[in-house]
Amino acid sequence: MSNLPTRKAEDWRYADLAALEKLWPLPDAESITVAAGDSFACAIINKGGVTRLSLTLEAGARAAVHVLNSADAYARIEIEATLHEGADFTLGGVQLAGGAQTAEIVATVRHMEPNANSRQILRSVAAGTATASVLGKVYVAKGADGTDGQQSMRAMLLDRSATANARPELEIHADDVKCAHGCAIGELDANGLFYMAARGIEPARAKALMLQAFVAEAFDGAEDEDHLHAAAQAALEALL
Amino acid sequence: MLTIENLHASVADKPILKGLNLSINAGEIHAIMGPNGAGKSTTGYVLGGRPGYEVTQGSATFGGQDLFELEPHERAAAGLFLGFQYPVEIPGVSNLQFLREALNSQRKFHDLPPLSGGEFLKLAKEKAALLKMDMEMMKRPVNVGFSGGEKKRAEMVQMGILNPKLAILDETDSGLDIDALRICGEGINAIMRKPDKAVLLITHYQRLLDYVKPDFVHVLADGRIVKSGGPELALELEEAGYEGVVA
Repeated sequence: MSNLPTRKAEDWRYADLAALEKLWPLPDAESITVAAGDSFACAIINKGGVTRLSLTLEAGARAAVHVLNSADAYARIEIEATLHEGADFTLGGVQLAGGAQTAEIVATVRHMEPNANSRQILRSVAAGTATASVLGKVYVAKGADGTDGQQSMRAMLLDRSATANARPELEIHADDVKCAHGCAIGELDANGLFYMAARGIEPARAKALMLQAFVAEAFDGAEDEDHLHAAAQAALEALL
Repeated sequence: MLTIENLHASVADKPILKGLNLSINAGEIHAIMGPNGAGKSTTGYVLGGRPGYEVTQGSATFGGQDLFELEPHERAAAGLFLGFQYPVEIPGVSNLQFLREALNSQRKFHDLPPLSGGEFLKLAKEKAALLKMDMEMMKRPVNVGFSGGEKKRAEMVQMGILNPKLAILDETDSGLDIDALRICGEGINAIMRKPDKAVLLITHYQRLLDYVKPDFVHVLADGRIVKSGGPELALELEEAGYEGVVA
């Protein structure tokens, strides 16, 4: 893609195009091939700009990618994963956006051959007038029977002026496939916040605790889970 | 310790409390009884500062401070503990983490240094044992998957750890079987029956009062206290019903 995209392009519908213009043209995605039977894990902490990663998992390969996306103005993470027979892919993502920031995670997982598994757990928190979007696509090629593809997208809005977009998408050309996707957008539980206050926890701290719990699932089992949790916590506290 | 004068409060513009007067001194245990809809739970929520419970008139003074000037978390730090009729589930936050945050938040309010992990764990073990609560349960998320009785015992463990001056316990006896009722009752006595502490029990039934003997019993009806007496009043209510006593 050489021209700056417009909002008509599905994958760029919620992008901050003014910020994008300054970053254009984008560098190519970093390409990584995980050889048959090998394992790969990485954590990406994106504090702004566009990060692109393209993974190919050969037969029986495993990969786990965990991302923390927090914007200074505009932050976008694009992940593509192409899965061959019996491959296993996990994407855990958290994004936090406040002020007038725009954060987005765009994930495309392609099951090209049978018996591969993928799971995506993506959690967004948006405050102020920020926009946090998750666009996740699972493509299952013809003949990729025995595919198990799961997507879970949840977003928490801290202010009524914030926006969260969640677009789970399935494109399935095989017959014997298990694909589950769920998405939910909500607000922090007011009863829980009062319960915490009634025990003496300050409101900002109570929110931080609940949000940490909300995003934690995305980093479960990550190789450097503690580091990711700590980074998410720092970003959350900055947000509140 | 707590003085409530002519308290009026509304929920969604509907008046619930209509001139409540109550004075509680250190060392006393009071019970508020009353029919459904009398304003018992509202009394607890108003004193705890729950959003949506609006004070329209009157005052409440707690330890010399205007209670309504304080935010809910400041009221807790000042020594007010509100026991919930329906304790709230907080997924993903363990009981231990929750309580350590709460205790250290209250300590910070009083310019005290936070308890270390070890000090806190020792305290938590002691209070959990008092309520016969397994430490494994304390590692689980707050109230998530707990039975009604376990939630109420967990509340009492919280009270033990936070060590308040005044506990307002809203139907702590509801949802409890006989054994859990005794354990909770004994817990309340062990933690709160002290010369410098006080308890306000909000209950429908006499049965909790068999374990936690009140010094004063008040009957709340239509938003105000219509009758006060000693422990014998609770027995009288049990015999004659609210209608018999209030009429």
